[in-house]
Amino acid sequence: MECYQEDVPHVLAVDDNLIDRKLVEKLLKSSSCRVTTAENGMRALEYLGLRETHQQSNFSGNGSKVNMIITDYCMPGMSGYELLQKIKESSILKEVPVIIMSSENIPTRINECLEMGAEMFMLKPLKLSDVKKLRHQLTNVEGDKR
Amino acid sequence: MASIAQLQKQFIEYTTTLYSEGYLNDQFKQLQKLQDESDPNFLVGLVSVFLEDSEKLIKILETAFKQKTVDYEQVSLHVHRFKGGSSSIGAQRVTSVCVSFMNYCKEKNLDGCLWCLQQANHECILVRNKFEVLFRLEQQILKAGGSIPMME
Repeated sequence: MECYQEDVPHVLAVDDNLIDRKLVEKLLKSSSCRVTTAENGMRALEYLGLRETHQQSNFSGNGSKVNMIITDYCMPGMSGYELLQKIKESSILKEVPVIIMSSENIPTRINECLEMGAEMFMLKPLKLSDVKKLRHQLTNVEGDKR
Repeated sequence: MASIAQLQKQFIEYTTTLYSEGYLNDQFKQLQKLQDESDPNFLVGLVSVFLEDSEKLIKILETAFKQKTVDYEQVSLHVHRFKGGSSSIGAQRVTSVCVSFMNYCKEKNLDGCLWCLQQANHECILVRNKFEVLFRLEQQILKAGGSIPMME
């Protein structure tokens, strides 16, 4: 059981592949992050408190408690790009950094995500050094807010 | 009864061959580094998930190819998942087969796909056996009171 601490970053990791969810979770926890996982875009939106019809503030969601969202690009149903879009369209969540992961290195895909407001694009499989970069990013973002 | 040093040497030798023969790649090394005392079963757990998932995917793919009209789009999704999982674990040979598999799917080449499915199944069986030996060696080292050497 982990202790809940206010200053430990909370990351929401979204991936339809169980192996990748477990890996991302482990990598993030090894970098002192609190992790919540979601198996698809819809679940992620539900967790964040964002639903199709509610674009307004919805304080029953966990959106305000999440410091970063990391999502796979290729997912059945809602893609990572679509999830990114919904997050950036939300008044409460648009400032939350979103990282897109993909096993495919496609420049048009990368540009598309960055233009939609993704903080970073990462190539799978994720390694420790990738997560260290993320951790650094999180510290920077928190620093900017002060 | 082998000493800790002998067991560790066996472990290093075995792991080295797994890398040189292409069964595992750097990604697996990364995963080994992530394992620690607080979560000693992380790697075994992850590998089990991979092997179970692979078995399911192979069965799904076998059924998909038996259909009168093969839905290559659906098949691609499954192969993509298969490829992703094997890549995250570092099971290089499985990943390589999946790459070819994806190409055959794009070409809607049934023979190519069936060949890859057979190969993927074969490689999963092989890597499963390798993992079993590897984890058994680890257990022996730990039981003897030693620590598992880090592979650089």
